[in-house]
Amino acid sequence: MPDSLPSDSVGLVSPRTIPFDEPIELACGQTLDRYDLVIETYGTLKADASNAILICHALSGHHHAAGYHTMDDRKPGWWDSCIGPGKPIDTDRFFVVSLNNLGGCHGSTGPNSTNPNTGKPYGPDFPVITVADWVKSQARLADHLGIEQWAAVVGGSLGGMQALQWSLDYPDRLRHALVIASTPRLSAQNIAFNEVARQAIISDREFHDGRYYDFETLPRRGLMLARMVGHITYLSDASMGEKFGRELRDTANKFGFDAEFQVESYLRYQGERFSESFDANTYLLMTRALDYFDPAHAAGGDLAKALAPAQCEFLVLSFSTDWRFIPARSEEIVNAMILARKKVSYAEIDAPWGHDAFLIPTPRYTDIFTAYLDRVAREVGA
Amino acid sequence: MRPDLQIIQQWVQPGDHVLDLGCGNGTLLDFLQRERGATGFGLEINPDHITTCMSRGVSVIEQNLDTQGLDNFDDGMFDVVLMTQALQAVRRPDKVIEEMLRVGREGIVTFPNFAHWRLRWGLTLKGRMPESDALPYKWYNTPNIRLCTFKDFEALCRQKGIQVKSRRVVDGQHQNSWLARLWPNLLGEIAIYRITREQSK
Repeated sequence: MPDSLPSDSVGLVSPRTIPFDEPIELACGQTLDRYDLVIETYGTLKADASNAILICHALSGHHHAAGYHTMDDRKPGWWDSCIGPGKPIDTDRFFVVSLNNLGGCHGSTGPNSTNPNTGKPYGPDFPVITVADWVKSQARLADHLGIEQWAAVVGGSLGGMQALQWSLDYPDRLRHALVIASTPRLSAQNIAFNEVARQAIISDREFHDGRYYDFETLPRRGLMLARMVGHITYLSDASMGEKFGRELRDTANKFGFDAEFQVESYLRYQGERFSESFDANTYLLMTRALDYFDPAHAAGGDLAKALAPAQCEFLVLSFSTDWRFIPARSEEIVNAMILARKKVSYAEIDAPWGHDAFLIPTPRYTDIFTAYLDRVAREVGA
Repeated sequence: MRPDLQIIQQWVQPGDHVLDLGCGNGTLLDFLQRERGATGFGLEINPDHITTCMSRGVSVIEQNLDTQGLDNFDDGMFDVVLMTQALQAVRRPDKVIEEMLRVGREGIVTFPNFAHWRLRWGLTLKGRMPESDALPYKWYNTPNIRLCTFKDFEALCRQKGIQVKSRRVVDGQHQNSWLARLWPNLLGEIAIYRITREQSK
């Protein structure tokens, strides 16, 4: 056990569960009568509640964004590189709220929670959640925490979509939206990758139409495959090349189909670990939320028109080697904001890490992130 | 504030929507936002400048005029399009000027005058590529690849049917001297032009 944690860490943190008893009506037409959201918070909320930042997580994320749960933890929270004292999201100045979204599998109400009507896990009966549903539930969370207006809502990838949705659905409840490595809508290729992942899960014999809990089993193979294909889209050719190259685990080819190349065993390891810790129904639900996200749709495909209600200022960031959501997708968002006369700043960060670059503190990324939020902090007197 | 920026800000009306091409660290836009209630964007490619803009609350877009142009902006969506000391650094200044006056009602352009006496002196007597306060680079590393004189610029405007609304001339320290006003093409180091396609009323 280490004696101490890094000085720029938020340190030891614990999640808490907040129950919501007011029914929430969802985009699909169904209603959840009650639900829990698991959250973590870092830093201190000022008396006027003006210094709060909401972190929205991506596909496989959760509430544990920074710090450690125990002194034995191997790794800190998923965005620890950017959240902490003196880090871009500076917990000495901001009160940071991070949650596990509705439909998640890390403690918030989701497919693996007990359905009060049946006494069994929801499984496939859990409603398909949209980005707008998440934002609605997050607004209720803000009410619960006494936060009238976020200093900023921040998210990468699917998290960036939530930040964007916030600006449209609750325009006066955020000062800034930080939309990082995101897109205004998935491309056919993006949806195709999601479909491969879903088919991997659904076609696993252990999936049992989503009722695997009843059979005391898990669609491990399917989830593993889904994660493997997803993982490839998070990295770049260059970063995979640098990490693994064509390295073999042994010295020579074995003329078989076991994991001979390092990259194969890495993907298998990542997939297996993920399949033990993530719920397959949640994975289906999250990928569907991605597919459906398209705020321009309601405005006849005109994103600039869809952005009309937004009042906050925007920071949009993309990464040069991100081929999942390429910089041109971020530029679509930016250009629509320009035409809609919104306040927006944009930068494309040169980074070799593909989509995952939004989790990695490259110097220019950190500089921009810090500079922008420093100004937000000054604006709210934090 | 630098005298050239002082002149420019007088040409921006309160509440104007402004685009600043090559906005640097955002000094001018910051000033226009605070003092004139202007809104708008800066375009920039220098990473440090972009970061500085963000820290001071100037909306800045990372965009390269040479490769990306201004296609992402609508016709006439700005009241004023600014370009201070950047015209000489783009590949096609003529196209940039046309684009400025497509997306904006009015353009304000500043650039170093290649016909300034000191530059003429350097080339004529020393036979070397001229250097000055306004053009401090060597010929091989200068970002200023499209140098012109005041007369050249005005000839281009005439050719394109662009009206010069005002012209101010300052020296290398951006001072507005009477000598430079008298013989601008010889004695002026930096020109500040206010141009438009609209007919004067």
